[in-house]
Amino acid sequence: MSNIPSDLRYTKSHEWVRSGQNGSAEIGISDHAQGALGDLVFVEVPEVGRSVRAGEACAVVESVKAASDVYSPVNGQVTASNAALATQPELLNQDPYGAGWLFRVQTTSPLEEASLMSAAEYAKFLADETK
Amino acid sequence: MGLKTVLHDTHILEGAKIVDFGGWEMPLHYGSQIEEHHAVRRDAGMFDVSHMGVVDLSGDRVREFLQGLLANDVGRLKAPGKALYSCMLLPNGGVIDDLIVYFLSDTQFRLVVNAGTRDKDLAWIRAHAGPLAVSVVERRDLAMIAIQGPTARDKTTALMAPAERATALALAPFFGAQAGSWFIARTGYTGEDGFEVMLPAADAAAAWTALRAQGVKPAGLGARDTLRLEAGMNLYGNDMDENHHPLESGLAWTVAFDPAGRDFVGRRALEELRSAGHLELVGLLLDERGVLRSHQKIVPAGEVTSGTFSPTLNRSIALARVPKTAAAGVQVEIRGKLHTASIVKPPFVRHGKALIPV
Repeated sequence: MSNIPSDLRYTKSHEWVRSGQNGSAEIGISDHAQGALGDLVFVEVPEVGRSVRAGEACAVVESVKAASDVYSPVNGQVTASNAALATQPELLNQDPYGAGWLFRVQTTSPLEEASLMSAAEYAKFLADETK
Repeated sequence: MGLKTVLHDTHILEGAKIVDFGGWEMPLHYGSQIEEHHAVRRDAGMFDVSHMGVVDLSGDRVREFLQGLLANDVGRLKAPGKALYSCMLLPNGGVIDDLIVYFLSDTQFRLVVNAGTRDKDLAWIRAHAGPLAVSVVERRDLAMIAIQGPTARDKTTALMAPAERATALALAPFFGAQAGSWFIARTGYTGEDGFEVMLPAADAAAAWTALRAQGVKPAGLGARDTLRLEAGMNLYGNDMDENHHPLESGLAWTVAFDPAGRDFVGRRALEELRSAGHLELVGLLLDERGVLRSHQKIVPAGEVTSGTFSPTLNRSIALARVPKTAAAGVQVEIRGKLHTASIVKPPFVRHGKALIPV
């Protein structure tokens, strides 16, 4: 079973969102997603300052097996991206909810309006998906 | 449900991620395919290759039969146990399969063929064997384990009784021999030293566990693919198939046109193709970040046939079919963007060492 922290929210495309103070949000990909991709070898993160819309492809994670787009779960502007992943893509496999975070966004619309799942809903979504 | 090898339960216990491979449920990796790759380059790893087909051929005219069936010439095999890599061709030169043939005696040869092609291979072989009264027996009673890496031979022979150990250690590269109930060959698909062992299926799980206890790391199809590509070895279905002949697949070295009188299936077609000109298979080294993958388009012309990330070089490498060119590089379209790649001569890595400058 993959790890699904209860304090995060999730998308159907397997991103997670950690909401911070004053409308900031940290984004990464779930433990399930990193496990399905296998060993990551390249990660491309968005430039700081870029405006992103919910559902827009703004990062790429590439494993030995496949390349995969990462979609922003929220509307907003990128305030930081994880530079360590350029030289240590394996951080994403080792610690997908911590050192493997991808980027942070200052959101321009309330998170509540984004269609995100709770941990319990995401767990059920994964169970249904793999049936 | 797919086909399972006799080691399937062992793989599940080892935590393998299982994928479909030509109808077989096989391990992709046991956690990290990159760690498994490095284990083979630096120490020892093992692969369950029991899905491959072992076919025993016997009869008074078996050598004559194989000289007509295969593009490489078994007439080159003089010493018992010697192995030869060859393609088996259609009359138009397309590749039915690539295989290894072992010369056991004047009346006995053994073939090892790919899993995904075994049924059509057997049908083709049987159709040609009948007129020469060659018997064709598929050895479904055997399992096969490939133990590969710089310490693979030591770790494998440590498990053997003295007589068998002596037989195994005496094997020169590309030779095989029966040692007790194991047929041991000093062959592989990784660019490292090691063995491929064919053994009674009933003994396979115990052998796997004993090898594990010697420190041989289980490795899956993921590492098998990155290792073979670094070693510059073709994969059937990617780098050649029934629509692509050996000369445009980097396999001209496996086609024995001499002696001129040997009339093997596909010979006439290949002779015409040879004089008419054809595409060629080259190695590519991506100059930028990203990963080359099969079917990516090449500019000005061509296609990637196999591509991957090379864990040894920390760069992406590929085999690609392109028109003959004097250029030092090409461009490859990756996810809608053009990236520069250098043309290099495979192999990329052998015996743990990079063979091309990166």
